[in-house]
Amino acid sequence: MDSTKEIEVLNIHKLWIESFLEDTPIEQLNELVSKDIMGYGTTTEERLFGIDAVKELCRIGQEQKKDVKDYKYSFNIVHKRYSANGECAVIVIEIDVSYTFNDIKTEIPLRISTVMFYTSNKWQVVHWHGSVGVDSDGDTWHKDEWKRENERLQKKVNEQTAELKQSLEELKATQAQLIQSEKMASLGELTAGIAHEIQNPLNFVNNFSEVSNELIDEMNEEIDKGDIEEAKHIAKDIKQNLEKITHHGKRADAIVKGMLQHSRKSSAEKEPTDINKLADEYLRLAYHGLRAKDKSFNATLETDFDESIGLVNIIPQDMGRVILNLITNAFYACTERSRSACTERSRSATNDKKKAAQESDFKPTVSVSTKKLKNAIEISVKDNGNGIPQNIVAKIFEPFFTTKPTGEGTGLGLSMSYDIVTKGHGGDLTVETKQNEGTTFIINLPIL
Amino acid sequence: MKILVVDDEKDVKDLFLQRFRKEIRKGELTLMFAFSGEEALETLDTMKQEAILILSDINMPGMSGLELLEKIKSKYLAPPPVVMMVTAYGDDENYNTAKRLGADDFLTKPVDFKLLKEKLLNK
Repeated sequence: MDSTKEIEVLNIHKLWIESFLEDTPIEQLNELVSKDIMGYGTTTEERLFGIDAVKELCRIGQEQKKDVKDYKYSFNIVHKRYSANGECAVIVIEIDVSYTFNDIKTEIPLRISTVMFYTSNKWQVVHWHGSVGVDSDGDTWHKDEWKRENERLQKKVNEQTAELKQSLEELKATQAQLIQSEKMASLGELTAGIAHEIQNPLNFVNNFSEVSNELIDEMNEEIDKGDIEEAKHIAKDIKQNLEKITHHGKRADAIVKGMLQHSRKSSAEKEPTDINKLADEYLRLAYHGLRAKDKSFNATLETDFDESIGLVNIIPQDMGRVILNLITNAFYACTERSRSACTERSRSATNDKKKAAQESDFKPTVSVSTKKLKNAIEISVKDNGNGIPQNIVAKIFEPFFTTKPTGEGTGLGLSMSYDIVTKGHGGDLTVETKQNEGTTFIINLPIL
Repeated sequence: MKILVVDDEKDVKDLFLQRFRKEIRKGELTLMFAFSGEEALETLDTMKQEAILILSDINMPGMSGLELLEKIKSKYLAPPPVVMMVTAYGDDENYNTAKRLGADDFLTKPVDFKLLKEKLLNK
């Protein structure tokens, strides 16, 4: 309904109410009221038909007002409704009337519901219903009805708020648990990789110390023979071996530390970190983790690290988790395509030969690269898997979204990664994907 | 005898050179190294018709040791190189695959160099 029409109806309604409550000219009602108006008063079960009866009622009211003192009233609209076509309006108001009669102060709560029709380009009152509020329930309406209704609603709201608060607490606890289980799941993925990664340096530590032991015997023999040159040469080798022992010992140490950091609750602070080293470490871990699970799988690893990046202020275990997650996903995508490539190969005799040939040449490749930009650094993880279908790209960062079979993915990896990059580091995590060509995830971190 | 050691861990080279120090000095063995399956094939291409023993790790990025084994056994027929595979401890699946692809011998990690020496000198 347009605003002019609404102003009109409120105006007519005001004049109509004032006819009862003020000393307005009775004849004014001719303009406001339909001739065959109907009115009901429920409190004393009155019925009024026709404009004349209304005029009579107003006249009586105005007469009675002359005998009272301190006459006052105020009203407010409690309900207002217009029909869809704007031809009918219902307005409900509550009025507080107070006056003193024979030195007794009286307050009367009134409620008047008015129905108006829009006919011949003007609003007219066609029906009304008035009642006086009472002190008891079960009658027309309680004078404190609204107040009591408000109290009842407030109580309900309070109860619901308490329930919601409890649900929220429970949800927060569940979320914390889920995050922990996602960490544990990715730790599981890592375990095999870690075992392999620790085994290699340990083998070197054992081998180089054994061989150094032998070399010392040999060196002593050379000294006894008087071949000092050769003895010096051996001593040089021993020194080099000891350096290798330290190197591989530290390597194992770093892996164990990384593993502990990975499972620890994240309360860590940002620290200057070599992103290239971090990415390389997790690339190896993810690769060996997957190899341990699926021995038939292999992939080409490509790295292109921008050595000019230097140290970047990040939370290393959090960013490590993101990189690990992206790399694990990249390997998964390659495996999926490898698997379908095998199916294609077996089909090649009968079906699309071009595609089959293309697929049999398929070399699963995962590339990790870093790049220094003007005010940011970029870490990209690229695979040449099947790509992400357009209809799910928008969903991949949503919590619990996974395309893996039930029980294999928590669906939290990417959503956690997204949170870590955006909320934790003020960066951006984006995805570029092309069907049958692959997917690239790009982490963009601002350098402050 | 020429031995080509294939492993993606670079320090394997120094380790083998030291472990076989005496044998190398005496001229009993010549060691060559490749750090990937692809590199191993390139090396093999440059040295035709030479008797060689290949000692390869399985777990390598890119071409795995098993793929290398498969390629060597199907491509280099005469004289067929002896291929020894290094498998991780308790890794039956790799062991069986390598056996099926025609591996001549097996070593488990960590490599027992005393045993390896015996095997090499008996070849």
